[in-house]
Amino acid sequence: MSTLRDKTAGWVRDRTGVQSALFGAVLTLLFFDMLRRLLGGSLAPSLLTGYLWNGLVFGLVIGLAGVGLSLTYDLLGFANFAHGDYISTAAFVGWGSTYLVAGLGEFAPLNLFFLGVGDTVFPRDVGVSVTTTPGAVLVGLVVAAVGGAAVALLFDRVVYRSMRKTGAITLLIASIGVAFTLRFLLVFLFTQRSFGLTVGAWAYELPLEGGTVNVTASELLLVLVAVVSMVGIHVLLTRTKLGKAMRAMSANRDLARVTGIPSERVVTATWVIGGALAGLAGFMIALFQGTINFQLGWTLLLLVFAGVIMGGIGSVYGAITGGVLIGLVTRVSQVWIPASFAEAVGFAVMIAVLLTRPSGIFGGDAL
Amino acid sequence: MSRSPESEAAGTDAPGLDGGGDPVLRVDGLEKTFEGVTALDGVSFGVESETLTGLIGPNGAGKSTTFNVVSGAIEPDAGRVTFDGEDITGLKPNRTSSRGLVRTFQIARELEEMTVLENMMLPPTNQRGEAAWRSILPGTRGGVQDEEEEVFERAWEMLEFFDIDHLALEEAGALSGGQRKLLELARALMLDPEVLLLDEPFAGVNPSLERDLLDRLEDLRDRGRTFLLVEHDMDLIMEHCERVIVMHQGRTLVTGTPEEVRSEERVIEAYLGGEVS
Amino acid sequence: MSAPSDPIGRRLPDSAAAYWERDLVKILGTLGFVYVLYLFVGLLLGYDLFGQLNSLRRLTFLIVVYGIAALVVNLHWGYSGLFNIGVVGFMAVGVYTATILSRPVAGQNPTGSLPGFGIPLPIAVVGGVLAAAATGYAAALPSLRLRDDYFAIVTLAFAEIVRITFKSAELQEVTVLGWTFGTGGGRGIRTFSNPVRDFFDTTGQPLVAAVERLGVDGQLVSGWAFVFVLLGILIGTYWLIARLSASPFGRVLKGIRDDEEATQSLAKHTASFKIRAFVIGCAVLGLLGIVWQGASSGYITPDRFIPELTFFIWIALIIGGAGSNTGTIVGTILFVGMVLEGPAQVRRIVDEFVGLSGSVPTFPDGLAALAGGNVDPILLYVFDQTSALRVVLTGVVLIWLLKRRPEGLFGDRREVASSIDLEARVEERRGRGSEAAGSDSE
Repeated sequence: MSTLRDKTAGWVRDRTGVQSALFGAVLTLLFFDMLRRLLGGSLAPSLLTGYLWNGLVFGLVIGLAGVGLSLTYDLLGFANFAHGDYISTAAFVGWGSTYLVAGLGEFAPLNLFFLGVGDTVFPRDVGVSVTTTPGAVLVGLVVAAVGGAAVALLFDRVVYRSMRKTGAITLLIASIGVAFTLRFLLVFLFTQRSFGLTVGAWAYELPLEGGTVNVTASELLLVLVAVVSMVGIHVLLTRTKLGKAMRAMSANRDLARVTGIPSERVVTATWVIGGALAGLAGFMIALFQGTINFQLGWTLLLLVFAGVIMGGIGSVYGAITGGVLIGLVTRVSQVWIPASFAEAVGFAVMIAVLLTRPSGIFGGDAL
Repeated sequence: MSRSPESEAAGTDAPGLDGGGDPVLRVDGLEKTFEGVTALDGVSFGVESETLTGLIGPNGAGKSTTFNVVSGAIEPDAGRVTFDGEDITGLKPNRTSSRGLVRTFQIARELEEMTVLENMMLPPTNQRGEAAWRSILPGTRGGVQDEEEEVFERAWEMLEFFDIDHLALEEAGALSGGQRKLLELARALMLDPEVLLLDEPFAGVNPSLERDLLDRLEDLRDRGRTFLLVEHDMDLIMEHCERVIVMHQGRTLVTGTPEEVRSEERVIEAYLGGEVS
Repeated sequence: MSAPSDPIGRRLPDSAAAYWERDLVKILGTLGFVYVLYLFVGLLLGYDLFGQLNSLRRLTFLIVVYGIAALVVNLHWGYSGLFNIGVVGFMAVGVYTATILSRPVAGQNPTGSLPGFGIPLPIAVVGGVLAAAATGYAAALPSLRLRDDYFAIVTLAFAEIVRITFKSAELQEVTVLGWTFGTGGGRGIRTFSNPVRDFFDTTGQPLVAAVERLGVDGQLVSGWAFVFVLLGILIGTYWLIARLSASPFGRVLKGIRDDEEATQSLAKHTASFKIRAFVIGCAVLGLLGIVWQGASSGYITPDRFIPELTFFIWIALIIGGAGSNTGTIVGTILFVGMVLEGPAQVRRIVDEFVGLSGSVPTFPDGLAALAGGNVDPILLYVFDQTSALRVVLTGVVLIWLLKRRPEGLFGDRREVASSIDLEARVEERRGRGSEAAGSDSE
């Protein structure tokens, strides 16, 4: 009887208990399988530790990048697909500055800033790394943050501000326009090639059973930057007037909607903070990978979305937690599946979350 | 809409149905709680066929929630909805509608970017042309077109009945408030419903249009349909409905003819805003 | 007669405006306009007959393939409210499946190339279309309840998963149950030979020879023939979608896009309608992938199915106005003619008339030269970057459109969703001449 079918289907769909139980069962199974492999010797502890460390570091970058996306998604009500390209742009500006500082006097400034496009400067000539040129790296980091904030603010003023009252989809489409415009401006300036950036840096080799785990200086810097940023944001949100205003706007989204457009001050602050963090994330990801190209942010964007959705839109802690989770998933899943599918797993997890608990871990109302 | 204080008394007070015959629509012991707030706390009544039945009660009595439960938009925590002898509790709106139990909305939800005619031709169920391939293939398209002609005829007649045929090709979004109400009703009737749940159909409608609408409703009732109306206009309900159901704080208080209800003390107390003994 | 509501129609003199009302006139008129523009540019560039015919052929090819894709996105978004930004993923599934199915079986394949299942091409094509449809089903079924932007993200994720799968080294070549096949991984895979070209290389040779005697290069014959085949597919798609949208089925879709909950309360099982519309669209996308990437270029790699492609398709739709099939075609013509190919044309003209000396520098060098007063190097650089600049242009056009005229050129049109001519019926009923009803006639 169709009624019975409806009822069964409805029951299964609506019983979050069933879903959670299923999810828990899968996780437990995986956990025990991992233990089995560890103890049986098919999975080297060094490999697993490498996955965990890598996943954490990568996840922190995604989390940092996600904060801005999450905040603007919540405050302005649309998914900013240009966020990835803010990351890329800030990364290029930051690294250009790093090269400028590191190679000053030895090479033409323009060539340096453009990362040696046209094979005018090679990474080994400039010799940038966290340990060999810490000053240059720091400068780049700061410039990237500023650049990210500037880009985010610029496009809000030029594109989004006059469109505040249009629907979420229109803004989304507009953000796609911004994304491609920005991305291909980068192509115009830097071409589509990948640029090598660093030379080998100091790494601590942690010897474990099965091999060594490299803990590089870049990774340590990344963790440091991430922690400092999180502390900074926490202080901002809890101790400053601006932070309180931001939290009020976020908590009372309905009230904000009813009273109209959120206050421009909060909006500006949100873009600046989000953009700065995106810039940091972009710079760090390039440092982490040792290369940079015009697609840096875009290839990250879906994973960033995944982290934001998992953590719950509008939650800063959610964005970081979600990012770390996604980072871990993409690395640890390699215990079972080949590396080339690692990202696909991240996407699959995101889809699963969207279908079962779209409000995420920390999120309240996501609809 | 559904804010009621916690119910004290356990059990439902299910007033019996007087009058003979099986009611075409029947609810028994409906309960629903939203996040700690009890909206429905034992709602039971029956609606007899070919009547204009009114559902009244002070704000917060749970009338809209009842409609939502009956039409399937919300699932009740407990209780049963029976329509034409069939248990339809929890069936989704598209399934209750296809069985002949249709509900209109307080704020008319016509499809704004579609013309009045398109709005009218949308509802009939199981149209041949709703199977994609039938509309495409040359062989079967003829059959689809034949049915479209029939549907058009019915729609046009209905539009004429409500005197809005001159608006047939207008975008529904361009209609005035009163015209929208007429369209909402006309469109719901295209589903050929046995029972129509009307959620405040006369809100914001001018008195002459209101009389007009009522005449038509009575006409339709005489032709075999059943209406359950939620309305705040007490005079209207008392004058035109054969039976009245009174709700209060998520429960059914009294059912009966307008005279019976009017004289019930509890009703008076309820409307004066106090607790009912 | 109601006044045209679109910006082009409004600017026409009254006599022309009456003609403009008709859909075919809109499409052919716009096409004609762009053709004339290109012929003019060709003249400027000194093209011979071959050059002109080839230039138009290439233009028409792009218009047709983008047009088919834009019509599908219109069905998904303009009619059903499904925000699909994973368009290229479904195209990839179609062409990869058809390729894998049709490649010669292991043992009969040319050395160094991937084997497949050896299925004849027509059946492999059907297989590809079905695979694309099935992928659409898998993507949409769980996601229907999601709101628009989440649905979009899911489609994007799906397209990425597809790309990752086809790029993975593990699937480059596999042997399952005795069958060896593969995707070619990052290197890509040869698809199949173009049947149209094959025809003219064999049976159709006399025709080619005859054309060559007229002094025109014979290549054009198979080239234009292929374009005409694709045009047939475009017309078929248009016909399919037009019939689909002007029908009770299309009516429900419109209702869903307008207000899904209200449509549900009218006893419509909306999920079923959305799925069907989505799957039909994805099937067409699979076919498109097969003829566009598969037959036309003969070689596919995962990196051909890039988001820029989806982006271009969407903007063709937005220019024309979502919800209008005719508008979609007109928008595609304008997009391909002016935005996609425009920058390259400009560059050719500049190359022809403004002699720029030197070789293309790097951007920093160009800047440095500019500072020194030499404008040539930076211009050379700019003109070398037309493919990047056209994307920038597309983005700017999109943003401008969204601010100024988000409904596109013809988004105001209401294409009536019925299999019969409702306006005529209404007029009959009223027994009078044309009523001012406010909607454009078909």
